[in-house]
Amino acid sequence: MAGQPVIELRELTKKYGDFTAVNQLTLNIYQGEIFGLLGPNGAGKTTTILMMLGLTEPTSGKALVCGIDATRNPIQVKSRVGYLPDDVGFYDDRTALDNLIYTARLNRIPLREATERALSLLERVGLAEAAEKNVGEFSRGMRQRLGLADVLIKRPEVIILDEPTLGIDPEGVRELLALIRDLSRKEGITVLLSSHHLHQVQQICDRVGLFVKGRLLACGDMNELSRQLFGGATHTVELDLSAWSDELEQRMRSLEHVVSVECVEADALEGTSYVTARVVCSDDLAPQLARMALEHGLELYGLRPTKYGLDDIYHRYFEGSEAS
Amino acid sequence: MSEQGIAKMRRLFGKRDSAPAEAAETKAGKVTPPFWVIVHKEFGDHVSSWRFVILLAIVTVACIGSVYSALTALSKGFSGSFEAVPEFLFLHMFTVSNGVMPNFLTFISFLAPLIGIAIGFDAVNSERTKGTLSRVISQPVYRDDFLNAKFVAGLQLIAVVVFALGFLVMGLGLFMIGYPPTPEEFWRVIATLIITVVYVGLWLNLAIFFSIRFRQAATSALAGIALWIFFLVFYGLIVNLIGQATAPSNPNDAAAVIAHQNFLMFLSRLSPAYLFQEAATTLMLPGTRTLSPFITLEQGYLAIDAPLSFGQSLLLIWPHIVALIAETIIIFAASFVLFMRQEIRSRS
Repeated sequence: MAGQPVIELRELTKKYGDFTAVNQLTLNIYQGEIFGLLGPNGAGKTTTILMMLGLTEPTSGKALVCGIDATRNPIQVKSRVGYLPDDVGFYDDRTALDNLIYTARLNRIPLREATERALSLLERVGLAEAAEKNVGEFSRGMRQRLGLADVLIKRPEVIILDEPTLGIDPEGVRELLALIRDLSRKEGITVLLSSHHLHQVQQICDRVGLFVKGRLLACGDMNELSRQLFGGATHTVELDLSAWSDELEQRMRSLEHVVSVECVEADALEGTSYVTARVVCSDDLAPQLARMALEHGLELYGLRPTKYGLDDIYHRYFEGSEAS
Repeated sequence: MSEQGIAKMRRLFGKRDSAPAEAAETKAGKVTPPFWVIVHKEFGDHVSSWRFVILLAIVTVACIGSVYSALTALSKGFSGSFEAVPEFLFLHMFTVSNGVMPNFLTFISFLAPLIGIAIGFDAVNSERTKGTLSRVISQPVYRDDFLNAKFVAGLQLIAVVVFALGFLVMGLGLFMIGYPPTPEEFWRVIATLIITVVYVGLWLNLAIFFSIRFRQAATSALAGIALWIFFLVFYGLIVNLIGQATAPSNPNDAAAVIAHQNFLMFLSRLSPAYLFQEAATTLMLPGTRTLSPFITLEQGYLAIDAPLSFGQSLLLIWPHIVALIAETIIIFAASFVLFMRQEIRSRS
């Protein structure tokens, strides 16, 4: 991706006494992308976000948002960035509309326009009927949607969402994620969201940073991430063939992207009339492999392509970290 | 699309979006700065809160009690002849007591810190526990604006309450004793009320300081109340204790005795409660000519036996007012230092 990064972190470090919450974090996030900060609880995700907004001071390093130093000029950063904290709070004895208008007016939006924007945003997040209700009566999911409206009312260039899906039912999560993706795609808003939910991150993020114990382990889109963590082996294709030959194995090996080819012993069970070959590759080669088998005059009984998801990446990392 | 292209489009969109906004702005006047937005909201919150109702009830009862106390004392004190009407009769409404119930001034000096603490003790930490602090602070609002707005909103409310009370007592007095105040009496009452507002402001500030320091509203309230009781009850005792311990051995050494007294006076006047009491009594009892405990025989004998004029009374307590404001500013500075660099997480 070209151009200046919207969020630029340079060797950002935050220490609490002896404990290092964020360690030498360097990261660039570009215009219009959805970036997922993925990590377990206590990995330093929230601390990183706080430093981007100038809500806490880094021990060393720099956080630049839209080219502005967040520690020195937090006000300018805050007028361009919308932040949804992980457990967003509202004034419970005020209505949803009042809460939104308050935020808008803190952003120097005149009252009349603030009201217009608030109403249209409430419509957009599906809370139009609840506009005049006190926020105290809201459910968790409604609060989160109101939070999103609250973030958007200042028309930000960047939105930062800290665990936006925490504690919402699956349907609510789906709607919220769809809304976020819609925003990013239609209005070109850069989104940074932190989460420990792999699947949600996988669904909507363009790029993901895997963040554990204050360090960024890997960063990139899904394929890049698995390439970094698996050394290229991102796909496995299993073929059930009527026979197996060395010649075929050679031809398969010579294909681009193939990492390894092996013939698994046919099941000891009687009645199985085929052998299983497992091909590990760095791209989805299922069609090519199937065609090749057929060209060799073999019968194809089964074809099972598997792709390593973020789940595997996540687990793979944690297995590794526990072992070490 | 290139970065520049997107930026350009954003600018175009931005212009189109803000065009009606600008039109609305010119129609609706200027944009309210965030500071006043917060002040308005805080003031509204205070007025509609239960705590305000309770506070108002306590203070009103106290005020009616003090009026009753003053009236019974006045009716007993002189009856009939107009020649016997003492000077500054109207001010007696605020200072005279029937011996059963305290007078207005005592009530106020007792309750003022409570008003300040009640309004400010959860100013910051309640927003923190509700999770609204991080939301507000992540808007383009200066942190000191946030703090100042909390203080100003509280002070506005206090001013309204204190003046309402003062005027209530004045009105009731006017109604009951049927004796109007002279302009000088009126201005003395106004000056006392202003000093009361400053004094309550000091406690409000202290309460806000505790609300920043302590994450729990209950701890912060308790700290405020503890300090209130300390200054009201124990501080005088401690000063006395120090006075006895450091008393000069030779009671005939005038210089030493005076130095000792000055030292004790200095200690007492560190307490805002003492400062306020001295200032308010001087204004309300125009007969007070000096606040020094030492008057030479000649000074006492030769002084004109007449009350001080308003200007002179004000001059006498000017240092007190300055000291009260200075103490407020010191607490304010401490709050700033604490809050400016504090990390703000949601709900912690």
